[in-house]
Amino acid sequence: MLDLALKGKPRYWIWVSFLITMILIGFICWMREHHIGAAFTTGLSRDVTWGFHVGQLTFFVGVAASAVLVVLPYYFHNYKTFGRLAVIGEFLAVGCVLIAMLSVFVIMGQPSRVWNVLLHATPHSIIFWDMVVLITYLSLNLLCGWTVLHAEKKSAPPPKWIKPFIYWAILWAPSIHTVTAFLYAGLPGRPHWMTALQAAHFLATAFAAGPSLLIILSMIIRKVSKFDPGQQAINKLAEIATYALIIHLFFIGLEFFTAFYSQIPDHMKSLIYLYYGLEGHEKLVPWMAISTLLAFVGLIIFIFPPLRKWNVTKLIAAVCIFFSIWMDKGFAFVVSGFIPNPFDRVTEAWIALNEFLVAAGVWSVGALVITVLYKIAITVKEKSVFDKYGQKQIVD
Amino acid sequence: MYDGWKIILGLVVFVIIVTLPFTMSIGKTYVQPKPSIDTPEIQKMEKKQCIESKQYMREAHIKLLYSWKDYATREGKRVYIASDGKQYNISLQNTCMKCHSNKEKFCDECHNYVSVKPYCWDCHIEPKVGGLK
Amino acid sequence: MISRRDFLKITAFTSLLGLGGAFTINALEKESGQKVLQDIKAMKGKRWAMVIDTRKFKTEQDFEKVIKACHKAHNVPEIINPLHEVKWIWTDDYEHSFAGTAEEYISEEIKHRKFLLLCNHCDNAPCVRVCPVKATFKRADGITMQDMHRCIGCKFCMAGCPYGARNYNFLPPRDYIKELNPEYPTRTIGVVEKCTFCNERIDKGLLPYCVEASEGKIVFGDLFDTKSEIRKVLSENIVIRRKVELGTQPMVFYII
Repeated sequence: MLDLALKGKPRYWIWVSFLITMILIGFICWMREHHIGAAFTTGLSRDVTWGFHVGQLTFFVGVAASAVLVVLPYYFHNYKTFGRLAVIGEFLAVGCVLIAMLSVFVIMGQPSRVWNVLLHATPHSIIFWDMVVLITYLSLNLLCGWTVLHAEKKSAPPPKWIKPFIYWAILWAPSIHTVTAFLYAGLPGRPHWMTALQAAHFLATAFAAGPSLLIILSMIIRKVSKFDPGQQAINKLAEIATYALIIHLFFIGLEFFTAFYSQIPDHMKSLIYLYYGLEGHEKLVPWMAISTLLAFVGLIIFIFPPLRKWNVTKLIAAVCIFFSIWMDKGFAFVVSGFIPNPFDRVTEAWIALNEFLVAAGVWSVGALVITVLYKIAITVKEKSVFDKYGQKQIVD
Repeated sequence: MYDGWKIILGLVVFVIIVTLPFTMSIGKTYVQPKPSIDTPEIQKMEKKQCIESKQYMREAHIKLLYSWKDYATREGKRVYIASDGKQYNISLQNTCMKCHSNKEKFCDECHNYVSVKPYCWDCHIEPKVGGLK
Repeated sequence: MISRRDFLKITAFTSLLGLGGAFTINALEKESGQKVLQDIKAMKGKRWAMVIDTRKFKTEQDFEKVIKACHKAHNVPEIINPLHEVKWIWTDDYEHSFAGTAEEYISEEIKHRKFLLLCNHCDNAPCVRVCPVKATFKRADGITMQDMHRCIGCKFCMAGCPYGARNYNFLPPRDYIKELNPEYPTRTIGVVEKCTFCNERIDKGLLPYCVEASEGKIVFGDLFDTKSEIRKVLSENIVIRRKVELGTQPMVFYII
C-alpha cells in the first residue's frame, strides 16, 4: 500500500519537500548542540533542566492517547459515525507518538548511550516504562491501522485476529499518558507537579487537544481530497473536546483552591509565577494570559449553538483550544515546576532558536509520517466511498 | 527493459559505491602500525611487561578496561590481581597510562590504522606525550 | 510454489533471529589467576554521613580551602555564568539553604552565616529512584554514586533532586578548567555530575578532600557504627538537616 504515497499532485510533493527540509535543518541543529554544548542551543539552565522538548513529549503523548476517543466508541460500542475516522485517529497516534519519542531522544546529552535504557532496564524508573509503553503503543496503532486499512482496500472485513490488538490499543491509550504524568507527579522536590490529579488532568487536556487536532485535520482532508470523514463525526469530536475542556478548566480551579486555601507557599508560588509574576519575574505571564484567553474563546464558541453552527467557527475554536493547551502543557507546565528552585530563587527559562528548530524538525518527522499514512488511507478510502458508478455514496 | 536507463544507471552507481574502498586506496602503501613502548617508565623496567601478556592485551585490553570501569566505579573494587599474582591499581590514567605515557605513538598507532575512535579520552585525561623519541 | 510475498516475510523474520545471535557478552575473559578485589585499606562503613559544624567556619578562606580542595582534585570546571555553572560543594546563606523552614527570628549572626552545601547522599534518594539506567545508584556503604560512564544525560535526576545538588554539563568542561589534575578524569558535555563523597578516596582508606581540608570542622563517619566519632558529635549537639519533611533522609547534618 506504500506505493499509494508515491503518487500525488504537485502540492503534495511541495509539502513533503518542505517537511524533509525542516527535518534536515532540525537534524543539523541537533548535531550542533552536541558539538558546542546545550548552553548555547537551549534556554535551559542548572535550575531549569527540562523545557520545551520535554513539553513537546508531554503534549504529544496526550494527543496520541486521544485517538482512543475515536477508536473506543467505534469498536466497543459500534458507534458507526466514527467509522471513517478510526484509521485516521490511529495514524495520527502513530505520528504523535513518534514526535513524543523523538522529543525525548533529542534532550539526551549522550544519545549514543540510549541503549543503556534497555540494557540496564530499571523498572523503578518511570522513563523506562515510558519507553516501553510508547514503543508498544506505536507498534499497536501502526499494526491495527494498517491491517484494517488494508482490509478496506480489498473490500473485505478486517481479519479476526486484529480484534485483540485493537482492544489492547484502546486499553493501552490511557496508560501511556498516565505514565507520562508519573514522570512529574512523584518527585518530592517539585511541589507544583506533585498532585494526585496530574494523570487525570493530563488526560483531560489530551482529550480536548486531540479531538481539536482531528477536527482541523478532517477539515484539511475534506479540502484536499474527495474523502469526507463525516460532518456528524466532526460535530461529535467538537462535543467531546468541549466536555474535556470544561473538565480541564475545572481542574485548574481545583489546583488554585488547594494552593490558595491551604496557603502553603510551595503550592502557591508556582501558580503566582505563572499567572502574576514572582519577585519581578514575569516572562510567562503574557504566555499564560494568551493560553487562558484562547481556552475561553474556544469554550464559548463550542458551548453556544449559534456560534458553533458553521464549520469556520468550529475550526477557529479547534485551533484556539489546541494552541491553548499546547502553550500550557507544552512549555509553561514544565518550566514552572522548577520555579522557584530548591533555594527559593527564580531562574526563568525561554526557548532558544536552536531548540525551536530542533523541535520543528521533530514535528516535521511526525508530520511526514502522518502525511504519508494519510495519503495512503485517503486514497484507499476515496475508492471505498465511491460506488461502482463513481457516484459519491451519501452517508450523512 | 522497461525504464531500462534508470535500472542501468542505478546499477552503475551501486557498483561505484561498493568498490570505493578499493578505488580510493590505489596508490596508498600499506604501513603496518608500530606501537612504541619507548617511554621513560617502561625503559626503567628490567623486564618490560604489561599487567598481562602482550597477546592477551592485544586481544582483550578493551574487555579488560570495560570490566575495570564497572569494578572501580560501580563496585568500589580497585585492586587487580593479574594472572601472575602481581597487584595493580585499577585505573586507566594512573596505571595503564603511567607506563604508556606516549598515547600518540602507542594507543593511536593501531587505533588510527583501524579507524577506531575510543571515547574514553573525552573524559580520561591523556598523559603528556612522553617517550624518548 | 511459494508466493513472493511469503518469501519476503520469511526472509525478514529469519534475519531478525540472526541479529539476536550477534550480541556478544562483554565479560572479562578469565585468564587463570585474575582477580578483582577491594583494597585492604578501604574504609569500611555501612552508612557514610557528614556533620558540618557551621560555628567553626569563620572566614572566607575557611570555605575557599574546602571548596577548592574538592573542585581542583576532581577537575570541576569553573563556569562563571550561574545558569550553567558546575559546583560539587558551595555555600549559601541560612535563608536559602533551609528554604521553607528557616527561622525568621533567629540570631542575626546565624542569618548571615554561610552554609556549605553539597549532595546529601540521601538514604531514600529520589534521584536513584528515577534514573533509567542506574547511572545514579546507592552503594552498599550508603554513598549515592554517580557513574559518569553510563549517564545518558536525560536530566531526570536533576528534576528529582530536592536540594539542587546536581550539575549538567551544558558546556564542554575542559574549556573551563585552568589546571587539570592528571590523576582524576574530567567529564564531557552531556553528562550529569555531583559530589560522590570522594568514593575513590574512601575505597583507598582516605577521607574526602573537603573533610581533610576543613581541618576538623567537618566530621565524616559511619552512622551505623555506634562507637564512631560522628555518632558522638550527633548525640552531643543539636543538628538540623535540609528538607527533612520530604522523607529523603539526607546524610549531611549541620550544627548551628
